[in-house]
Amino acid sequence: MDTQEFIDFMKFKFKHNVQRAFLRYRNRVLIDIEKDALLKVATFLYKELNFRFIIATGLDNVKAFEITYHFSNDKTGLLANIRVSIPKKKPEVESLTPLFVAADWIEREIHELLGINFLNHPNMRSLLSGDNWGAGEYPYRKPVSE
Amino acid sequence: MKQKTIIPVGPYHPLQEEPELFKLFCDGEIVTDIEWETGYNHRGIEKINESKTFEQVFFVVERICGICSTSHPFAFANAMEEIAQVKVPDRAKYIRTIIAELERIHSHLLWVGLAGHFIGYNTVFMWAWKYREPILDLFEIITGNRNSYAMFKIGGVRRDIDEKDYSKILKILDGVKPKAEMLMKAVIDDPVIHMRTKGIGILTKQDILDYCAVGPTARASGVDVDIRRDDPYAAYPLVNWKVIVTQEGDVFAKAVVRFLEIFESISIIEQCVEKLRKDPPGQIDVKVKNIPEGNGAGRAEAPRGEVFHYVITDGSNSPVRHKIRAPSYVNVATFKKSCVGQTISDATLALAAVDPCYCCTERMAHVYDSRTRQRVLDGRGLIQLSQQRTQTLKKNLFGKNT
Repeated sequence: MDTQEFIDFMKFKFKHNVQRAFLRYRNRVLIDIEKDALLKVATFLYKELNFRFIIATGLDNVKAFEITYHFSNDKTGLLANIRVSIPKKKPEVESLTPLFVAADWIEREIHELLGINFLNHPNMRSLLSGDNWGAGEYPYRKPVSE
Repeated sequence: MKQKTIIPVGPYHPLQEEPELFKLFCDGEIVTDIEWETGYNHRGIEKINESKTFEQVFFVVERICGICSTSHPFAFANAMEEIAQVKVPDRAKYIRTIIAELERIHSHLLWVGLAGHFIGYNTVFMWAWKYREPILDLFEIITGNRNSYAMFKIGGVRRDIDEKDYSKILKILDGVKPKAEMLMKAVIDDPVIHMRTKGIGILTKQDILDYCAVGPTARASGVDVDIRRDDPYAAYPLVNWKVIVTQEGDVFAKAVVRFLEIFESISIIEQCVEKLRKDPPGQIDVKVKNIPEGNGAGRAEAPRGEVFHYVITDGSNSPVRHKIRAPSYVNVATFKKSCVGQTISDATLALAAVDPCYCCTERMAHVYDSRTRQRVLDGRGLIQLSQQRTQTLKKNLFGKNT
């Protein structure tokens, strides 16, 4: 499956859940999806299309939080970036750890650095900082200008 | 309730000199579960980079790891070149590939040496590190540094390889090849090493897929993944080489993968030097004026597996967000599978088998008996435990006189 086929296929398969899907560069596809469809899309990529989970990037873009999940298909070299936007008022999203263990650490890290809650994560402890780190202090959040 | 014994390995790993804490839950000699704590050396590099210019970021990411110090700048350069849509000159591609492959050779030799030391084969340790020295000398000739080479920049490399150095590179590699062959035969044919490493710390194909492990850890379990081939970059598509895959998934298989990769790397470097020699000296970089707004993903196959960098830019001269994923981040998590069910002395080896990144030189691990306050086990004790096991196996195999 080449990149354009993959984009069309994802649009066809997940219809209105896919907000935007486009070829970012050579073999990299960026897909914006609805937050609620994350688990469905990730399950499909991991189980059906045999994508490998690389890592997730958490970002505070001032308006909202966004997490980009990076998946790689090692057969075709295709890199799929699945991006979800998470409102700041209710920072929570479905955890992918029950699907693949590889998401365990990074979800704990994002929880710790950005304060996003991952629902159904089996062990939502801090990964990096000790227990004496201030509660409610999230170093990767951008300061809100008045 | 049954009492559980917890053997802490860390906060500074006694063998691998890196700051992380493994808690081995033991039932007698057998490890029944493992837990870990990380973050002792969290330097906030992703956050620091947000305040650095793109040129400066290269020097920061180069210091993430001392051993595979080129893989991070490599992945970062790939990411930035994707954002800026830059085409790197061929000569720079070959130079980049030579640096990355030399690094793989020295890193794999370093692992072989350490693995030998852990199981009480200090001769292997001495040999492997001795034959690693010429590679470091070669780095000094090419880049000016034995480590942290500062060769990469957006659009190319900083230094050219001098024409008179081609023969030096080939000569040193010619010297390393028979030594590596000898070392490989010595390790692969040794019955005691077989007994210590075969069937130890097995990771199945499914484990690798669950944990999304990469690099030699994955390739030793039959998962054929190598970013150099799967998402080709630099000069890898321009030379002939093959991906080494074995099926067993134990410590021995990981050693075999690393040994055979050394020879592939030597072959890649030889081909690159030949190509450089044929082409007249030319451009080694292109000028990149500004970095547009956007995002870029860069990947590179480090000695330990895929390094992944994701950079988000806003048109200024520093990144808005820079995500870095080192291969050990996913490989270390597989300990949950490889160590459980092993004895403590084998778990020590299984912990070393994925070749986790070393980043600190401190060492400390003491185990105290909670009632008598007597010291039970420390770093030296752990090594002794592992080395004694080899001695016992040796005695059983060869008799008392060996």
